[in-house]
Amino acid sequence: MSVIVYTENWDGLFKKQTFEIATYASKLAEMLNTDSIAISIGNVAEEELGKLGNHGIKQIISVTDDKLKHFDGQLYTKVIADIAVKESAEVLVLANNNCGKALAPRLSVRLQAAIASAVHELPESVNPFKIKKRVFSGNAVSLNELKTKTKILTLAQNSIDIEEMPEAAAIETYTPDLGDLVSAIEVQETEKQTGKVLLTDAEIVVSGGRGMKSPDNWAPLLELAELLDGATACSRPVSDEGWRPHEEHTGQTGKIVAPNVYFAIGISGATQHLAGVSSSKYIIAINNDKDAPIFEAAQYGIVGDAAKILPQLVEAVKELKSS
Amino acid sequence: MNILVCISHVPDTTTKVKFSENNTKLDTAGIQWVINPWDELSLTRALELKDDAASGVKKVSVAHVGLANTEPTIRKALAIGADDAYRVNAEAFDAHQVAAELAEVIKAGSFDIILCGIESSDYNGSNVGGMLAEFLGYPSVSGISHLGIEQEKVVITREIDGGKQQLTLPVPFVGIVQKGIAKEPRIAAMRGIMQARTKPIHVSEPKAADAQTSVLNFEPPEPRADCKFIDPENPKELITLLQNEAKVI
Repeated sequence: MSVIVYTENWDGLFKKQTFEIATYASKLAEMLNTDSIAISIGNVAEEELGKLGNHGIKQIISVTDDKLKHFDGQLYTKVIADIAVKESAEVLVLANNNCGKALAPRLSVRLQAAIASAVHELPESVNPFKIKKRVFSGNAVSLNELKTKTKILTLAQNSIDIEEMPEAAAIETYTPDLGDLVSAIEVQETEKQTGKVLLTDAEIVVSGGRGMKSPDNWAPLLELAELLDGATACSRPVSDEGWRPHEEHTGQTGKIVAPNVYFAIGISGATQHLAGVSSSKYIIAINNDKDAPIFEAAQYGIVGDAAKILPQLVEAVKELKSS
Repeated sequence: MNILVCISHVPDTTTKVKFSENNTKLDTAGIQWVINPWDELSLTRALELKDDAASGVKKVSVAHVGLANTEPTIRKALAIGADDAYRVNAEAFDAHQVAAELAEVIKAGSFDIILCGIESSDYNGSNVGGMLAEFLGYPSVSGISHLGIEQEKVVITREIDGGKQQLTLPVPFVGIVQKGIAKEPRIAAMRGIMQARTKPIHVSEPKAADAQTSVLNFEPPEPRADCKFIDPENPKELITLLQNEAKVI
């Protein structure tokens, strides 16, 4: 028996979310009286793999194969499912990101394993297996029972604290049995943002809405984000108007984010916007309408004009950094 | 080329959800039901492709797993422009069951591109598309923000963490679609609404796939603490509070 965690890498490196799922898998393994095993696909140096051992991982299975160079749901599913069977996985844990969301349902069918996606805490009980998840876009939580022998969980980002649980993790290489399987997908081009904090990774997000009045008013917002090592975001009307790129749209139909701090500046807080940001630890609202629904979701608020308040916040952060 | 769009029937996204029977069931009283927003965008894109003769798309169908009371949602998809619809007559309790039933519809039909929204706005599982692809043994691409057909080849943009990828792949495949695929959902015109009344809905009985999960109960999320208001004449106080009280910067 085991708990298996699939650890994705970005150009050979892990991210904070990797250590979150490693911590989660190790704590779950404790609940099940078993060990946590990590699977890594692609070229990751031993030193980087070894970091997983700091978070309770007992064994690391490293898979490299040219056919696995680009992410392909079918091929990756085959590799992970084969290892899960070999290691008698009782639970598989993945991140609730693009890759995790693509793999978990395929693995669920392949392994006849029930799935709970975007969970944000450990199971309430493991026998029967009961776990909570957010539903109705953050407007409710459901307690679910997973009734199959094998289970699959995807963990929402930034929902648990990373813990140090040092283990001397053994690294094992694994040669996948892909037979004549080849990827049907031909990747023509990959564009990557560089030099910017990714919205989905950011601890602090500074987001602007229609209350910013014009795309020309964004400079202090961008400056505040940069000073705080944060990412910038926007509401749907702002991206629809073309004031900011679509990649920045947070909300139900845009990106779902859960940073430590979410600044909602000139955003009224429509249900659809809150659906994408309500899991943030702190929401800070700045809006000139004191009745805006965003203040019901926020912990700190300022009723006032963003154009006047933003430069003062920038100044305050600068003072803080120089003190 | 034929496109099948899988649609989910969900409460309008502005609904204040309530629960009944000791918080074990969704209280459906007064709920306005709509096509899941991402499925509606997928349908819009499928219809845009059909409108473009060069794409070679001949037919756009929709499929749904649900009882007869969900037919108004299916009619809405037909009114927007789908040619016909498939309904599996079952009340589904989880994504596994939905995907297993949809797979049967697809195996019995002739579809080249199967589109699903990235998630449904009710249970937010993000699972049906991937499960469906696995049941069918088809390739799948998730996070699709653009789908085109150029010289009989499917051209896709998929969103990856921190960027995007352009790719091509042969049909059949399952595409899991997110924001960007179409600008605005297409709205039914009066003519479409009239035509929808006579478009066929093919109803089939379920093959009785079992649900693998069950919802034991619902609860509202934990309430947040009341908002602490800071004097707009002294906004710097906010930064002090974030540093010393919340300890987040």
